Amino acid sequence: MSQDFAHPDVVLCPHGPMLVRGATSIQDADGTVHAVERPVVALCRCEKSSRLPWCDGTHKLIPR
Amino acid sequence: MRLPKPRGVLSEWVLGRLAGTPSVGDAPAADGPDDEAIALWALHEVLYRGFEDASDDAEGDVGLFAVRHRLESGLEERLRSRWAGSDATADVGPAGVPAALEALVAADHGPSLADHVRRHADRDQVMELLRQRSVYHLKEADPTAWVVPRLPVRAKAALVELQFDEYGAGDPNRLHAHLFARGLEAVGLRPEYGAYVDDALPETLELNNALSLFGLRRRLRGAAVGHLAAFEMTSSLPSRKLVQGLDRLGMDGPMATYYDEHVEADAVHEQLAAHDICGTLAEDEPDQVDAILFGAFTCLDLEARFATAMFSSWGVAR
Repeated sequence: MSQDFAHPDVVLCPHGPMLVRGATSIQDADGTVHAVERPVVALCRCEKSSRLPWCDGTHKLIPR
Repeated sequence: MRLPKPRGVLSEWVLGRLAGTPSVGDAPAADGPDDEAIALWALHEVLYRGFEDASDDAEGDVGLFAVRHRLESGLEERLRSRWAGSDATADVGPAGVPAALEALVAADHGPSLADHVRRHADRDQVMELLRQRSVYHLKEADPTAWVVPRLPVRAKAALVELQFDEYGAGDPNRLHAHLFARGLEAVGLRPEYGAYVDDALPETLELNNALSLFGLRRRLRGAAVGHLAAFEMTSSLPSRKLVQGLDRLGMDGPMATYYDEHVEADAVHEQLAAHDICGTLAEDEPDQVDAILFGAFTCLDLEARFATAMFSSWGVAR
């Protein structure tokens, strides 16, 4: 069986970060532009990360 | 790397035969778990970078293969009995795998080495922790690389996406094992591959042996990726605490950089591992669901046993 698989560039993780594939730079909420050095990055959506704009897993400590 | 020191009659037999010394009779029964663990570790290492003082013929030695197979089966049986004895073996369908992994991790209350390093550990304790961790971190991601050819399309692509990052996305300077070696050197420890194997606790060896076992057996491909998911899902926040602890002790620099890299990297990897690797493998091969959860449980369980052993060696109550 061969088929086309969904492989989106941007993925919203349930109760988690936004994954972005293939980006070369990201502008954060303050307008600072960050270079991207990995193939996939996780962007914080809970706004509690100590590494904004990147996810650092802090969302897991926030009660849902 | 040179062959490690034997820890009993079985490892003496195995290491002698690896060195090319003609062996007498069959492999003897092990003197204990430590003897068994170093014997299996050495038999696995032949399949990685190997030993400069071992014979190249060791890889094809059927006598050694029989010992490896017996030790692996014993290890798997032990790990499975811990899994069966836990209350984590719930009935989960393929679609429920990412949530079940999350629940397993959330329910894990093993003692935290990262908390200890962040607030209380002294320099000697951190150095000992790094020596123990070096057994794995200097071959970081390698045991999971065995699994790639054994996976269906989606899980394979996702695993390689994750591993590409582990291996520095093509830049040798960013390869995680290399970052750890740089860190070891910076804190005054030996950076060579396998440098501290003779100091490895039985718990450290068991943890490494389980990773190799899961990676090497096609039947256990689910356990390999389940282990990976649990590992990545318990990495970002602890890595940040380790950075804080290293900073507190004035050990900032390349070793802190190594852990710092894992804060962001593993926040990505945990999503890929739970959903794109384990989730799609479970959908494509539903008979792997149990193995995935077994692997995840084993990762958490072995980490807890390792942490308990470290605390006990330091005389720290937990």
